[in-house]
Amino acid sequence: MSYDVPDQELMTPGHVACPGCGAPMAVRYALKALGEDTVLIVVASCWSIIAGPFPYSAVKVPLLHSLFATGGSVASGVKAGLEARGLTDTTVMTLAGDGGTFDIGIQALSAAVERNEDFIYVCYDNEAYMNTGIQRSSATPWGAWTTTTPVAHPKSQPKKDMVAIMAAHRIPYTATATVAYPEDLMRKVKKAKDIRGSKFLHVLSPCPSGWKSEPGQTVYLSRLAVETCVFPLYEVEHGEEYRITVWPRQKEPAEKYLRLQGRFAHLEPQEIRRIQDNVDREWDKLVVKARASGQMIPQ
Amino acid sequence: MEKVIMGNHAVSYGVQLARAQVIAAYPITPQTQIVEILSEFCADGRLDAKFIKVESEHSVMAAVVGASMAGARAFTATSSHGLALMHEVLHWAAGGRLPIVMANVNRAMGPGWNVWTEQTDSLAQRDTGWMQFYCETNQEALDTVIQAFKIAEAVLLPVMIVLDAFVLSHTMEPVDIPDQAVVDGFLPLYEPEFKLDPGDPHAFYGLVTPDHYMELRYKMHQAMRDAVQATQRIGAQFGDVFGRPYDVVEKYRIEDADIVLVTSGSITSTARVVVDAWRANGHKVGLLKMRLFRPFPFEAVREALAGTRKVAVIDRNISQGHGGIFAAEVKSALYGASQQPVLFPFIIGLGGRDVTPESIHSILNHTQSHDMPAEESIWMEVKK
Repeated sequence: MSYDVPDQELMTPGHVACPGCGAPMAVRYALKALGEDTVLIVVASCWSIIAGPFPYSAVKVPLLHSLFATGGSVASGVKAGLEARGLTDTTVMTLAGDGGTFDIGIQALSAAVERNEDFIYVCYDNEAYMNTGIQRSSATPWGAWTTTTPVAHPKSQPKKDMVAIMAAHRIPYTATATVAYPEDLMRKVKKAKDIRGSKFLHVLSPCPSGWKSEPGQTVYLSRLAVETCVFPLYEVEHGEEYRITVWPRQKEPAEKYLRLQGRFAHLEPQEIRRIQDNVDREWDKLVVKARASGQMIPQ
Repeated sequence: MEKVIMGNHAVSYGVQLARAQVIAAYPITPQTQIVEILSEFCADGRLDAKFIKVESEHSVMAAVVGASMAGARAFTATSSHGLALMHEVLHWAAGGRLPIVMANVNRAMGPGWNVWTEQTDSLAQRDTGWMQFYCETNQEALDTVIQAFKIAEAVLLPVMIVLDAFVLSHTMEPVDIPDQAVVDGFLPLYEPEFKLDPGDPHAFYGLVTPDHYMELRYKMHQAMRDAVQATQRIGAQFGDVFGRPYDVVEKYRIEDADIVLVTSGSITSTARVVVDAWRANGHKVGLLKMRLFRPFPFEAVREALAGTRKVAVIDRNISQGHGGIFAAEVKSALYGASQQPVLFPFIIGLGGRDVTPESIHSILNHTQSHDMPAEESIWMEVKK
């Protein structure tokens, strides 16, 4: 797979993300794929800060900051308003964190994609409420420490399967992506741009502050998430055609990914085994879906 | 063209004539008919607008915020709990200086469930930065929609048009529906200066530090004060074009009045009849109708009530722990006035209980027979 990375930078240096944050990388790649004829909506999340305070902006496209729960609804209105002005080709992209997507914004998101509104929804998932100081969300993985799931009682529920929820809406396009695979991410954004209707991108975005990982290891962790099959890269068309877009060169043990993150430091071997079992089961299910959709499965 | 229509449809026709471009809505009794007919207008091409059928009122307001931010003329309608669910986004719309127009059909808040008229829903949103107009008739509802877009786009503030549940929303009255061409002349297409424009990218509503926040709110407050004059100017213009002038308040037979009733909404019509009856019996009684509530028309209220001995404010709403909201605001306008009337604050008709001519007679009798109000709030017709 190859992708020509556009030279044009629609994200500026001088944003105010923490060192090693995956979120600005994801947006930089996404905007490269989308180009200038884009309106970006940012709902309450780390990106409300990353974009810079008034009167600054870290992006060179129109940017609308909006309320936490409005990722789906405000985008519907922006798209309708642009169309009323004759701007029918402008891409509307919502950017939300996992809290804004999996939790407080899921109602408006579900409704917007059920209406098949023509927009791209990008969830950059750092697996907790990082901007408020690392509180658990329904995207936090089982066993993880957060400030509201302390080591004595780490998260005892599995991560919500947001892609399955979006796929269940039978929207034209749903995909996962992560920052260690910019070509894959940009190809998916470009594909989403060319499809009319609702598109959902779930981007795993490492957060050194919340994951208690080294800022220099963000891309490595992002890559390990894929190589361990903790976060497989795939796409779903119309809710039923599954395609795995990046195959792990060699499936690495989940422990390799977990041990680089302080939020999992308390896990006992049997808990890591439980995570591994779950990763294996989910990966096998995904492979079955991809095969059923006609994808050739590498040996 | 004159038609006999209900208040809800008077609003819908106003929106059609104003050429709204984006409408988002969620059903709630007793508002639903406003958007039902608009959805028909959009479907059959009588209105060239996109109708977004969202899943909650929170999303309604977010969608019209998005549409307005993108540069479109946007409208919605709601009521009661729907309005309350919008609360957070009402602040965003007003702080964002977006000229959205919304109709709110006054309905009591639960519990228990009550679909009948009361003003507490809209008055509870008074500090969100929305302008608020209270309508007396179906004609006024239609006319106010058209004026509201012009005022909103002049001062960059959203406008809420309020009408009483059932008493107005579902009651048929003859309404003059103006010609589209004349409305087009009065209200040209919306050409916003600030909008989401890929050709001229800007960031909107990002983090504002204490260095700038206060100035933004000061400018908003200035815009609110300017909105009083804008309402008067545009209401007079509307009169020139359509023959029905509007002001921020309406004075009815108050010139030499000893007692002035202060009313809002459809109670005004009932009170007019009673004022006429008292005048016929030689009593110097008048009426001040509050049309504009936000911004509060301090000067018009002071001027209208100057020299009056007694003022009876009729509130179909309640700020628990304080009293009637119109009474409190009228009182604050009169503080420091050279000749302060005695103010009698009446609470009546909550949850849609009928306010009849007899009710108004009782209010006037009470006001006439007391030198001072016996209580901080005088609850009328309440089963104690």
